[in-house]
This record gives sequence, structure tokens and C-alpha cells, in this order.
Amino acid sequence: MNVQLRERPQTAPSSGVKTAIADCDIHPARATNDELYPFLAKRWHAHLETFGVHSYQGMMGGPPYPKAQPNASRRDAYPPEGGPQGSSLSFMQKQLLDPNNVALGVLNPLNTGQGIRNQDLAAAICAAVNDWQIEKWTSKEPRLKASVVVANEDGVSAAAEIRKRAGDPNFVQVLLLSRNVEPLGQRRYWPIYEAAQEAGLPVGVHAFGFGGNPITASGWPSYYIEEMVGHSQCQQTALASLVLEGVFERFPRLKMVMVEAGFGWAPSLAWRLDKVFSRLHAEVPHLKRKPSEYIRDHIWWTTQPMEDPESRDHLFQTIEWIGWDKLLFATDYPHWDYDEPSRVLPAGVSDADKQAFYLDNAKKLYGIS
Amino acid sequence: MTSPIAGGVDCDLHPAVPHLTSLLPYMNDYWRDQVTTRGMTDLISQSYPTNSPISSRPDWRPAQGKPGSAIADLQRQALDRFGTAYGICNPLYGVQMVFSEDMANAFCHALNDWLAKEWLDKDDRLRGSIVIPVQSIEKAVAEIERCAEDKRFVQVLMLVMGDMPLGKRHYWPIYAAAERLGLPIGIHAGSAYHNPPSSVGWGSYHIEDYVAQAQAFQTQLTSLIAEGVFVRHPALKMVMLESGFTWLPPFLWRLHKFWRGVRMETPWVDRAPLEIVRSNIRFSLQPVDAPPEPDTLNRLFDHMQSDELILFSTDYPHWQFDGDDVLPKGLSQDLVRKIMIDNPHATYGRLKEPVKETAP
Repeated sequence: MNVQLRERPQTAPSSGVKTAIADCDIHPARATNDELYPFLAKRWHAHLETFGVHSYQGMMGGPPYPKAQPNASRRDAYPPEGGPQGSSLSFMQKQLLDPNNVALGVLNPLNTGQGIRNQDLAAAICAAVNDWQIEKWTSKEPRLKASVVVANEDGVSAAAEIRKRAGDPNFVQVLLLSRNVEPLGQRRYWPIYEAAQEAGLPVGVHAFGFGGNPITASGWPSYYIEEMVGHSQCQQTALASLVLEGVFERFPRLKMVMVEAGFGWAPSLAWRLDKVFSRLHAEVPHLKRKPSEYIRDHIWWTTQPMEDPESRDHLFQTIEWIGWDKLLFATDYPHWDYDEPSRVLPAGVSDADKQAFYLDNAKKLYGIS
Repeated sequence: MTSPIAGGVDCDLHPAVPHLTSLLPYMNDYWRDQVTTRGMTDLISQSYPTNSPISSRPDWRPAQGKPGSAIADLQRQALDRFGTAYGICNPLYGVQMVFSEDMANAFCHALNDWLAKEWLDKDDRLRGSIVIPVQSIEKAVAEIERCAEDKRFVQVLMLVMGDMPLGKRHYWPIYAAAERLGLPIGIHAGSAYHNPPSSVGWGSYHIEDYVAQAQAFQTQLTSLIAEGVFVRHPALKMVMLESGFTWLPPFLWRLHKFWRGVRMETPWVDRAPLEIVRSNIRFSLQPVDAPPEPDTLNRLFDHMQSDELILFSTDYPHWQFDGDDVLPKGLSQDLVRKIMIDNPHATYGRLKEPVKETAP
């Protein structure tokens, strides 16, 4: 049980952002676990009650690194009708969508079938979560769009789920997590990219997940902060794998979004890739272009947690190296490290860049008119 | 190009062990017998395949044998060429991959004695790093204490990818010994391959392993800072070797942001991560992961917010640059002097001390 320590503040109206925005990382939650049951075959109800979820980490319930807040979420985001943060559409509308003038909100459900070892269960839960997103969220709120979640370790079943949802306007992307059994460029994941390209859906790669590998190349660290910071290193390696395996040669129309992993590291990673590629291209002859060119053409980045250097010039220079046309604003609602739309950009950004950053890049990428 | 100045300290040279059998004279009868009767192979790490284009510059590759295995080549191609006053030898021989702590101890002992006799004894400009059997903390500390009597050993050497994150308290006796003896800990690119070489598993390619070194350095810095190593050992310096450094500013932005958010978890971290890096962490110059335009590079140095972090290195015989372009274009003469001379001397206190010419 969570105790409300302070009175919940009234939702404040937005101060800085008057124009419409896109929020490219919203986490919808289930009010109760059996909210999924109507979308799951009876067989799985009994299975879940008996065996629970067998995942690539040791804890039967909850994260191995305890979060800093219950559900890693804002303490003011509990819905008045009860349930965890992010589980009520009406409260999400009141707290996030209305005051911030969100014109497009992309749902990224995190507790799905991804990272489950039993692949049949993984596929069943993913399909159920996709149905649940339509039923509970997008069919009732046209500003919200869903992500197709897939059984990430079983490319064949994942591709089938993507094809099932292709053309459904409720969905605007396919969602993967950064940490899997293998680096994301490996061929076991290619059926996912093939189906996503075919369906014209970008693939979002959200930080987090469990694939059985320690979160550092030297084993498991001690603290939650190490896991939080470490997701950015996981994302860097996953992106390097995607580039070096030739995923973007094989799927030239594939677009990918790096979600909640930071973007400040992108220039350094691209420069490092280019530098070693200039010497080691013989090992990866399937690459026809410099690694940085694949990144520039195929990758978008959500902004939260916003890079926050002391000097705004450092931020602006970094964004120029990446491109103002590649950033997608996100709040990460209802998580604790939420970015407030009106405070995320320092002064000194042109109106055109602001418009691209807050809304237009996302509308263009996700095909929303 | 920016020209090097004479009298610099090259902080990352890699003398190569020709073969495991080259260490036999430095082993006792038992280990000599083990190596020969079991038919042990040479300890070449996957991190640096001998013939890989990045394991040696083409013009530094000898007609025969491993790159970096002949002292005359190293003298001519690195020390003389760049007017180096001191060169720090960081042997990258795969002793960290060994699983038995006894075997690792025997091999490290032999490797350190080999370095003293075959390299340090032969050129007064050379200094050494103590390679430790990190498989056993007790044996690692004993090896540090044994070698440290020879003042030509100026550093302790570890790899960036090992069994556990380097901040873990398990390793602290090593740091206590290093701090007490005035030895920085050098953390070099490379893996023991006891864990997958990336935090998302095993990639397919050598190039992937190499790129992933930069991410491994980032996670190690998080660990060292979060665990409080420098709260306990404030005088300890750590040098990230062949790490790259252009990732540092955005890494620190993120670490700083989360430290502010969840510092209640590690309340002993009482200074901002950037301040800890400034006082305790240094980086070797090569590789410079940046485009060649001086403008971009100078912006990156501005993002670093300090001109004291970088220590000159050629990474000889690895390929990082061509010709004499060891320093990137467009650096000020003041920064060149700091990188080549002032910063290394401020880091390696033992460079000032007189050396006693006895092998350990």
C-alpha cells in the first residue's frame, strides 16, 4: 500500500507551451493485473495464477533494483479512483493531455510479454496488451496512439503480431526494449524489422528490459542509479549492433526511435563507429556507407530525460550535431523523472526548431496529419 | 596538424610478449612444467587480434613477430619520433582471461618481471604498469607491494571489462594499496571475457567489441563514483586508457541528473560527479573519437570543462592516427603542453622520484 504523505496538488495549467505538442513516451498501466484477462485465453489465467511470469531476472514480482519511488512514478500521479499511476484515462487526460495541449500521445506499455522466457505466454500477453491498448485507451481518446508490443525473442511470432496490426490506425509504431537476449542487430530479430518495414511502422526501442545479460560488461552493479545511467550504455551498444549487422542495408525503409535513453551520446558514438569503421570495414563488408550515415538517416530520439548541461550552448551544439529534425519531445508520464514541456528547452531556440521538436517531427514520423 | 613538443610523457605504450614461452624463464619449475606439458597456447585476447588493422599501424608492423615486440622498433617509432621523455608500458597480455587465481598469479608475476628485465632495464625512458592477478584480491595486493619496490613501476593496470564492476567494495584493498604506494590505477580497454563484452550480450564482430569498450568505461565510471571509491580513497587517481573521452560530457550530464534525483540511495557521494572526475579521473589522449575539424574538437574540449583531464598517448603500436598526427588539429600550445607534460606529471607522482636500478 502507498501512503499519501502530502495533499495532492491541484493540476497546474501549462505556463510555457501554448501550442500543441506530441508526447512520444507515455506509459499506460493496468489498474489491476486481471484487467488483461478478458483479452487472454482461459489457459493463461490459470498459468499466471500458478506459475506467475518466468522472466530473465530473479524476482517474481518487482524490479531487482528497487526504484526510487513506488512504480518509479510521480507521487502526484495516483488516480483519484485508485490504482497505480498511469492507469486511469480520465486522470491522464486531466493531468497530462489537457493542460499540456498534447495533440499526439504515443503509448509505450512496459509490463508486457517482453522479456518473458515462455514464448507462448509472451506472445499471448503481447497480443492481449495490444487489444487492451485499443479497448482502454485509443478507442476512447483519439489523441492517444498505441505501440504494437511483440514477443521480442521469437521473431516469427513477433512478425505475425505486427502483420495482424498493420494498417490499424490505432497503432503508430512497434515497440521493443533495449535489453534482450542478444544485441538488437542479431538476425533472430530481423523478422521484426522486416514486418515493421512492410507495415510502414517505425520501431521504437525503449530503454530497459531484461535479457539475462548483466547491465554492464563487467557484471551486475550495486545500485539503482547504475541501472538508470546504464540504460544509456545498453542503448549505445544495441544501436551499434543494429548498424554493424547491416540492419539498415537489409531494411532500407526502416525507421527506429531511441526512447528514453538520452541522445547526448549519439555524436560521440557515431564518431567512434566511423573512426574504427575506416580501418575495419573489411570485417563488415555488408555495410555500404559510414555508420554515422545510417544513424543520421534511420534514427530518431525521444528527448526525456532531457540532456541538461550547465551551458545551454553545449546542449544546442549537441543537438546541431544530431539534427533538430530528429528529436521527438517526450514526458515519460507518469514516471518520476518526467520532463515538464514548458521547462525542457532553454531560451534561444528558433520558432521553427521548437515547432519541429515539440510536434512536427513526431507527426511526420508517425504519419499523423 | 598540431606538433608534439619534446619532453612529453606517453602514457599508453604496449610492449608485446612474443609468446607465452617467453615468460617461462620468469616462472618456477611447477608453472614451467604446467605450461609445457599441458600445451598451453599463447594468451592473445579477442580484444586485439594480432593481425587486425587496429592492433598495429601498417608502418609499425614488423616483418616478423607481434607488433610492439621489439624494443628497437618502439624506441625508433614512438619514443624518438615524438621526443618522449617518459613512456609508460601497459602490457596487454591476456592474463586476465585465466580463471585460476594461482595460474593468473604465476603469469602476472612472470609478466611484471619480464617487463622490468626486457624493457625497463633497456631504456631509461620507460616506466611500467603492474599487471595484477585480479582473480584474487589478496594475491593482487601482494603483487602490487612486491613490484612497487621498484620505482620504475608507476601504475597498477586493470582491464575495463572484468568479473565485477570496479567500484565494488571487493576491489577496495587494491585501491588502498595503490593509494598508499602512490600508484594510480590504470584501467585499460579490454575484457577478461568472463562476462559478455557488452551490456546487451555477445555481438558478432571484432569492431563491435572495440566500439563497446567506450560503453564499458562509462559503466565503470558510474560504479567507481556511486560506490564511493574516492570518498574512501581521496588521493587515488584512476586513468582511463584507450577509453576515448568525447563521450564524457554527455555521460556526466546524465549521471549528474540522476545523482540529483536519487542521491538518497548513495548518500556518501557528497560531490557532483563532474567534481569527482576533475579531482580523481584522467583519460589518455588516444583514441580521439571526433571528426578532424578543429572547430568541433575545440567545442568538445569546452564541453569537458577542464584542460587537466587528458594525458598524452600514442597507443603504440595500435592504430589510432596516421603519420605524426598524434595530436588532433587546432589545439592551443598551452593545451598541448598540459596534455603532453603537465597533466601526466601531476598524475604519475613516481615520475619525479629517483629510480633504484633493481628488478623486483
